[in-house]
Amino acid sequence: MKKLALYLMIAVAAAACASHEQRTEPQVTDRSSGVNTPSTTQGSNTLSPTNPNAGVTGNELHSGVLAKRSVYFDFDSNAVKDEYRGLVQAHSRYLNDHRDQRIRIEGNCDERGSREYNLALGQRRAEAVKKTMTVLGVSDGRIETVSYGEEKPVAQGHDEAAWQQNRRADIKYRGE
Amino acid sequence: MPRLLQRTLLFAAFLCAAVAARAQLTIDIVGGAGTTIPISIVPFDADAGGPAAVSSVVAADLARSGLFKLVDGSMASPRPVSASQVRTGDWRARGADAVAVGSVRAMPDGRVDVRFDLVDAVKQQTIASQSYLIASNQRRATAHKIADVIYEKLTGDKGVFSTKITYVVKRGTRYELQVADADGFNAQSVLASNEPIMSPAWSPDGSRIAYVSFDQKKPIVVVQNLAQGTTKVMAQYRGNNSAPAWSPDGRWLAVALSKDGLTQIYRVPATGGQAERLTDSSGIDTQPNYSPDGQWIVFTSDRGGSPQVYKMPAGGGAPQRLTFDGSYNVGPRYSPDGKSIAYVQREGGRYRIASMELATGQVQVLTDGTLDDSPTYAPNGKMVLYEASVGGRGQLAAVSGDGRVRQRLTSAAGDVQDPAWGPLPTN
Repeated sequence: MKKLALYLMIAVAAAACASHEQRTEPQVTDRSSGVNTPSTTQGSNTLSPTNPNAGVTGNELHSGVLAKRSVYFDFDSNAVKDEYRGLVQAHSRYLNDHRDQRIRIEGNCDERGSREYNLALGQRRAEAVKKTMTVLGVSDGRIETVSYGEEKPVAQGHDEAAWQQNRRADIKYRGE
Repeated sequence: MPRLLQRTLLFAAFLCAAVAARAQLTIDIVGGAGTTIPISIVPFDADAGGPAAVSSVVAADLARSGLFKLVDGSMASPRPVSASQVRTGDWRARGADAVAVGSVRAMPDGRVDVRFDLVDAVKQQTIASQSYLIASNQRRATAHKIADVIYEKLTGDKGVFSTKITYVVKRGTRYELQVADADGFNAQSVLASNEPIMSPAWSPDGSRIAYVSFDQKKPIVVVQNLAQGTTKVMAQYRGNNSAPAWSPDGRWLAVALSKDGLTQIYRVPATGGQAERLTDSSGIDTQPNYSPDGQWIVFTSDRGGSPQVYKMPAGGGAPQRLTFDGSYNVGPRYSPDGKSIAYVQREGGRYRIASMELATGQVQVLTDGTLDDSPTYAPNGKMVLYEASVGGRGQLAAVSGDGRVRQRLTSAAGDVQDPAWGPLPTN
């Protein structure tokens, strides 16, 4: 853990520099978390000396297991399979260690079926990943679940090889 | 605002906002009705030649409905121009039960005088006679009005040739919401984005379209005023915001939101305001659609384990399950008379459009595709427009309410998705 903390401080220092440069830009309001979410973290970021998410690039979120962001699902299923438990646990641990970090989980479906129902199914997949994380101690308000349904396939084909890549939930940290 | 002015503005907005329309839709009829009305549309006097001629557009409209058989009238000599010149015996001999004749005359001031008469050759009566003084760019629109008159006189149902359709065109990562005439002509882009656009829904008066935008990197519900080009965010809550449906009085938008967990149905005032929750299940409730009398909402719910169609009172309340065949019945839409619903059903891995007569529960599968989606009734209830996936590409297709006439509307470029058929024009 000490080693991790050290890496983190380096990352934070780098990120803080980056963020100061960005401050000259006009502030853009983050509306992605909707109207019902407490919005205290946005302001506190600039004051926190251990702010890990002022700039996401270049930190430990892009190496090791934390670089893995996608959970894949079976057809017509929103069960998080055992092979993705480790991935979800790693991100939950990271979130528990970085209390001002927030994520969005984006659900996706393959192209089969009705668009709007698929949008809701994708959201349920995202919700299933979120539930695993909340069980592991990440607070509900720090995770927004959204869906692209069948609208943003990463694989463009029309067969099972493509479909299995598109039945997916992606973990995105703020700013990504 | 006077209706004429309103419509003129609407038209002007289409012209101004238009990105060049590249996705002209062309229509092939792939099936035929059992009985058709034989009619001759005699080329109108002094009309332009070719497919752009007023009489050609009228003939194409009627042919596309699948309810008419066109009898060639071009060889008639002398060619009749008005009802008094129609010798009904000759037309009966050619096999026509009805004859339309007319003229298209350019006026000195640049306007065009279009006249037509419709003659019932069997009863030997003139059953319609109309004249229109129009701007020269209104020929197609006038031809659609004439086709509407003929359709209504001969079938007893309202024609829908003067209506609009909207749909999403996807080319690579570029999305456009387009509005076109019901025959696919005059396609205009009303919105373009590099993010997906989904689920367009016409307001009951045809002045606005609600749709799902992903411009905020997540689905939110937006309403766009077509004449003004202005947009208003109707639902942008935490999570997903989608599946807009207008109440028939235009006061409410039913939407599907996931702000409280899984997707549930809410309504928001069409003027904007807080969402009011209408369903309360532990599953997914989505795809609401109001009954034409405004009393009910049909929707998709998987509360029973598989997605099925339910209905509930429009203000919320105890739902009642409507579909029982199979494990996947979703996306219901009421027919304009409120007596049937069309929806997507899955059977053996194939997704097709089915309809159910609500009084009897009688189900009919209307289409034979593999990935059909998004049924939308014509405002006279006679056709259902839908999205058919052909070779992995979305195309529009239409099927008659009884499943006997099918058409495909092919686009030159891109995926065509999520059609919605607009209301009858108000006169």
